[in-house]
Amino acid sequence: MAEALLALAGVNTHIGQYHILQGVDFEVPRCGLTMLLGRNGAGKTTCLRTVMGLWRASAGAIRFDGRDVTRTPTPDLARQGIAYVPENMGIFAGLTVRENLVLAARAGILDDKRLEWIFGLFPAMKQFWHGLAGTLSGGQKQMLAIARAIVEPRRLLLVDEPTKGLAPAIIANMIEAFRELKRTDTTILVVEQNFHFARALGDTVAVMDSGRIVHTGAMAALAADQALQTRLLGLSLEAHQ
Amino acid sequence: MSPGRRIDWIPLALVGALMLAALPLVGSAPTWVTLTVAGLAMGMMIFIMASGLTLVFGLMDVMNFAHGAFISVGAYAAASVLVAMRGAMQEASVTANLSAMLPAVLAAIALAGALGLFFERVVIRPVYGDHLKQILVTMGGLIVCEQLIHVVWGPDIIPLPRPATFTGSVTFGDAAIERYRLLAVLVGLAVFAGMWLLLARTRLGLLIRAGVENAEMVESLGYRIRRLFVGVFVAGSALAGLGGVMWAMYQESVYAQMGMQMMVVIFIVIIIGGLGSVGGCFVGALLVGLLANYIGYVAPKLALGSNILLMVLVLLWRPNGLYPVGKS
Repeated sequence: MAEALLALAGVNTHIGQYHILQGVDFEVPRCGLTMLLGRNGAGKTTCLRTVMGLWRASAGAIRFDGRDVTRTPTPDLARQGIAYVPENMGIFAGLTVRENLVLAARAGILDDKRLEWIFGLFPAMKQFWHGLAGTLSGGQKQMLAIARAIVEPRRLLLVDEPTKGLAPAIIANMIEAFRELKRTDTTILVVEQNFHFARALGDTVAVMDSGRIVHTGAMAALAADQALQTRLLGLSLEAHQ
Repeated sequence: MSPGRRIDWIPLALVGALMLAALPLVGSAPTWVTLTVAGLAMGMMIFIMASGLTLVFGLMDVMNFAHGAFISVGAYAAASVLVAMRGAMQEASVTANLSAMLPAVLAAIALAGALGLFFERVVIRPVYGDHLKQILVTMGGLIVCEQLIHVVWGPDIIPLPRPATFTGSVTFGDAAIERYRLLAVLVGLAVFAGMWLLLARTRLGLLIRAGVENAEMVESLGYRIRRLFVGVFVAGSALAGLGGVMWAMYQESVYAQMGMQMMVVIFIVIIIGGLGSVGGCFVGALLVGLLANYIGYVAPKLALGSNILLMVLVLLWRPNGLYPVGKS
């Protein structure tokens, strides 16, 4: 079996006096989409931010492609091919759509072919190319945040709740975009609360509770086991259709 | 007014509206012209001093009261050069005057920039993210700098005559306009244009604008924001030094407290403009400069309170300033 692209071992994270991650162990296999699920406050966002180096792990180890990156600064992680889409999307509202994407292209030049592919995924980006990002709708902002993360080929894409606050039609569009993304070499780790979205896209799943991983396995297996869903998440996936 | 695609013209129109509203109150057109140019010159000098601080606050979320020290030190550095080259300053030749002014300005920029680098590394870096400590250590730093100025340059006010070619006035019709004020307007416009071009047309400017909005996201895109912080801090300090020279020549004297005295009006300007907005700082500085001159003439007793009144009115209209920077 190939080594996982991302592996967390005994990761602890403190934010001020709060002990959020309490020994997180899980692996993200290469070239698939892993869902990180859990109730509110389970530590999912903290987990992503710790991987991205935005909050420092107080104990444990994070390995990316076999290398220890526990203490690696955020910009270096980005240069190694990790892209991050935060829960609040983190778009630059005062910059245009084009400027947001140009900034994410490390060389400062947008690849035309790649751009056309992105426009295919998110046509609104082409439509509002010279518009200020702050004037986009919530769904369009999320599309921009993801477009910015993939404006260049990435090895690992971390996405925090991409469907939060979006209308069902936009979520359907987002599912199609992620299906297209899965056809690339990019490994994706998504924190999500929308179980329909999770079931539609997830290859593997990790479930968090109280700062620990309480379940890992195939997404299909969790989707098929209502009793397990209820035990791990409080509700079955069917309740979220 | 960030250099994006759309410009909000209303605050700019406010500057024009203030000028027009002042005309009937002043009564005399030549006096109005004189006051307007004086106000614009004052505004430009305040802008030069304040623009670096607003970027530092926007990008690094740092409340730097020591900014006033960079103004004073810049002025003293220039004064040292100008006093030594007094002969060239007194010649009625632009070339001779510039041969003294240029090294003086460069000395001011270099010393203020170097002091800024020292402050960022030694004084401010340990207190990032803690506003209360920032206020305390930067106020302390300002006081220490003032005392060091007394040690190095002495406690007395240093007279700083203007260069001969920028002394006196030119007349437009019946209006007399000081040459030095015209120079200040030109320098201020040049600094603003340079900053505008940097922010709007370069990748570095794009990074600064993005960093002002969301520094963490800029880091997540692979940029070392700390280096950008240091660069902006040093550039902002150097601009304060330049502003210090301009202001000292305007007042024709240099003294240790001049930076601290300017800090109140500088903070008013960056609050009015919108914290982190260079365009807002520019418009805010013009409003403050113009209003101070008009009120000083029309109702001198209100002059001291005019800036506060302006700030209150602007914040009632736009609570986040004329050009708020959307932070996320």
